[in-house]
Amino acid sequence: MEKLFMKGNEAIAEAAVRAGCRFFAGYPITPQNEIPEYLSRRLPEVGGAFVQAESEISAINMVYGSAATGTLAMTSSSGPGISLKSEGISSLAGAQLPAVIVNVMRDGPGTGAIQAAQADYLQATRASGHGGFRMIVFAPASVQEAVDLTVKAFECAARDSNPSLVLLDGCIGAMMEPVILPPLKKTERLRYAGAGAKCLNPSGKDVMVVTSTLVRPDFQEVLNKQAAEMYDRWGREDVMAEEYQMEDAEYVVAAYGTSARTAKTAIRELRNEGVRVGLIRPITLYPFPSGAFARLDPHKVKFIMNTEMSIPAQMIDDVRLAVSNRIRVETCCCSGGIMMTNEDVSEALKNLLSQCKEGVE
Amino acid sequence: MPVISVLKECCKSCQLCVPVCKQGVLAVGAETNAKGYNAVVPQEGKKCVGCRACVTICPEAALELEV
Amino acid sequence: MMAAGYKRPESLQKRITGYCPGCMHGQVNKLIAELLDEFGLREKTIGVLPIGCGTLSMMNFNFDLVIATHGRAPAVATGVKRSAPDRFVFTYQGDGDLAAIGLSEIMHCANRGENVTVIFVNNSIYGMTGGQLAPTTLVGQKSTTTVQGRNPKEVGYPMKMCELISQLQAPRYVVRRALDSVPNVIQAKQALKKAFQNQLDGKGFSFVELLSNCPTNWGLSQSESLEWMRANTMKYFPIGDFRNEEAAL
Repeated sequence: MEKLFMKGNEAIAEAAVRAGCRFFAGYPITPQNEIPEYLSRRLPEVGGAFVQAESEISAINMVYGSAATGTLAMTSSSGPGISLKSEGISSLAGAQLPAVIVNVMRDGPGTGAIQAAQADYLQATRASGHGGFRMIVFAPASVQEAVDLTVKAFECAARDSNPSLVLLDGCIGAMMEPVILPPLKKTERLRYAGAGAKCLNPSGKDVMVVTSTLVRPDFQEVLNKQAAEMYDRWGREDVMAEEYQMEDAEYVVAAYGTSARTAKTAIRELRNEGVRVGLIRPITLYPFPSGAFARLDPHKVKFIMNTEMSIPAQMIDDVRLAVSNRIRVETCCCSGGIMMTNEDVSEALKNLLSQCKEGVE
Repeated sequence: MPVISVLKECCKSCQLCVPVCKQGVLAVGAETNAKGYNAVVPQEGKKCVGCRACVTICPEAALELEV
Repeated sequence: MMAAGYKRPESLQKRITGYCPGCMHGQVNKLIAELLDEFGLREKTIGVLPIGCGTLSMMNFNFDLVIATHGRAPAVATGVKRSAPDRFVFTYQGDGDLAAIGLSEIMHCANRGENVTVIFVNNSIYGMTGGQLAPTTLVGQKSTTTVQGRNPKEVGYPMKMCELISQLQAPRYVVRRALDSVPNVIQAKQALKKAFQNQLDGKGFSFVELLSNCPTNWGLSQSESLEWMRANTMKYFPIGDFRNEEAAL
């Protein structure tokens, strides 16, 4: 296997092509512009199509149209653009169409700052659109993982006929790392319209109707129940998390993406000083790896330090739900554009440690 | 001889076909269809000339013409 | 020439439509279906439907359909056509959908010269939601949000979409027709036929605006609504060809 040195955004774009993506529509927004730029050159080489849309809303609706023809399609953006796309993401989920959405996060709210951040956790995991649907959310922490998870995002989208989301911060998107790319997958047009459309099809014969527009509430309930079962299945089968130095951990850092990388360096340093600290790194943010936190022994683990590039912390809600008040959950956060250093993480953890000891005494 | 027929269940009794027929072939019927509309019916003794005016104006494609 | 017979087209389902009696949406559905039958395109077609009264056509048409969100049909059709260029793709849109919330989508689809056909049903009102002011509501025309009639000092003038779109260079065919009478329905069908043929010939973007009625929200009988169209709508929105030539390349 050939090892290449690639920028995160470009690696994601190439991984998408290799995973079978044959349509991309997008709109310029920092810090993800390398994805559309790369695909504008690359997709025509493999018989795919690229459109620079007039808006984020148009881009996601072009993806919807492409997906309706049985094509694996993708769009990418950053927080403000994902907000605009939310109408279309909801429609994809409602019409049961597969697609991959990439969000290279910047800080918010509003237009915010364009530097790397982890400000869209709640949007990604709770409501990337109206109507109460969910997506599998993948959060890579390296360029290689961004490649692997992009491929997986396409597999899950096609398997479930549902959009999936790759959520990374601008650091992963902008940095270069060595990466091994998967082979180019042979593409086949998915027979498409979505199971929902099929059962709604008034003639029931040879025509397909792709729609999230349901004229009867009983149809909607059937589809919503099916979706709820699917979300439950994800929780059983698709959860991904990395546990690092957790065997004897008395203190646990919870972090994803770039924050987790920073935390790992801090953990290695703290371990050298004899502090028994470990890391739980959610790789899927939805379904959230609650089990990894629920399994923690409250007699052994003194506290969890939720570490995010977001103020206030967002993932902390899921961590708290998972440990249901059995373990103290604290935070170590920085706002977007301000890179957390390993020293920041170590210092925050040491502060908590001393408070903890004072508390015991 | 041209014959006009009505797909009774598709007719909404909008009656746009009635005035466009210069032969007076179509009139609102007495019977209602499943949706409660009084479908138009071809009148006995009136002669269709096959001009297609009624099938053209009908917004429901509820009229068929045999020539 | 012997007059031909008429059979309900195969491209329509055999069921009553959801449209109000006398609504010319049914007419537009019928004309599209007749042409798809005549071209033998039923099994090659993907129709992109809007949100609005046009959504009801989901239950009428007998070919593959994709339902777009409000205003987005031209973007959805772009995605469909780019990924399935072998399919015949049209959008079916109302005036609120196309000229208000979807103005950006239609202008840019036209400007890219996408090889699709846009069918624009202009009845000067939001029908499905109960008769609110549309971008095409006539000056003085009453709506549920302009009960004294459209006042241009407050809400501007009705938007002429054919005139706007024909300012762009890429569109190949931009015409307006009316559905008020037998001769005009025949003209409308001929325009649609030309627009369909353009797409089959790979010529690019075609736009057919069809002036229509809304007996329910205009508060008129079916035949009165057609008379009202002639006396009002068709005066402000002239029937004609706004672009009907080889586009400059």
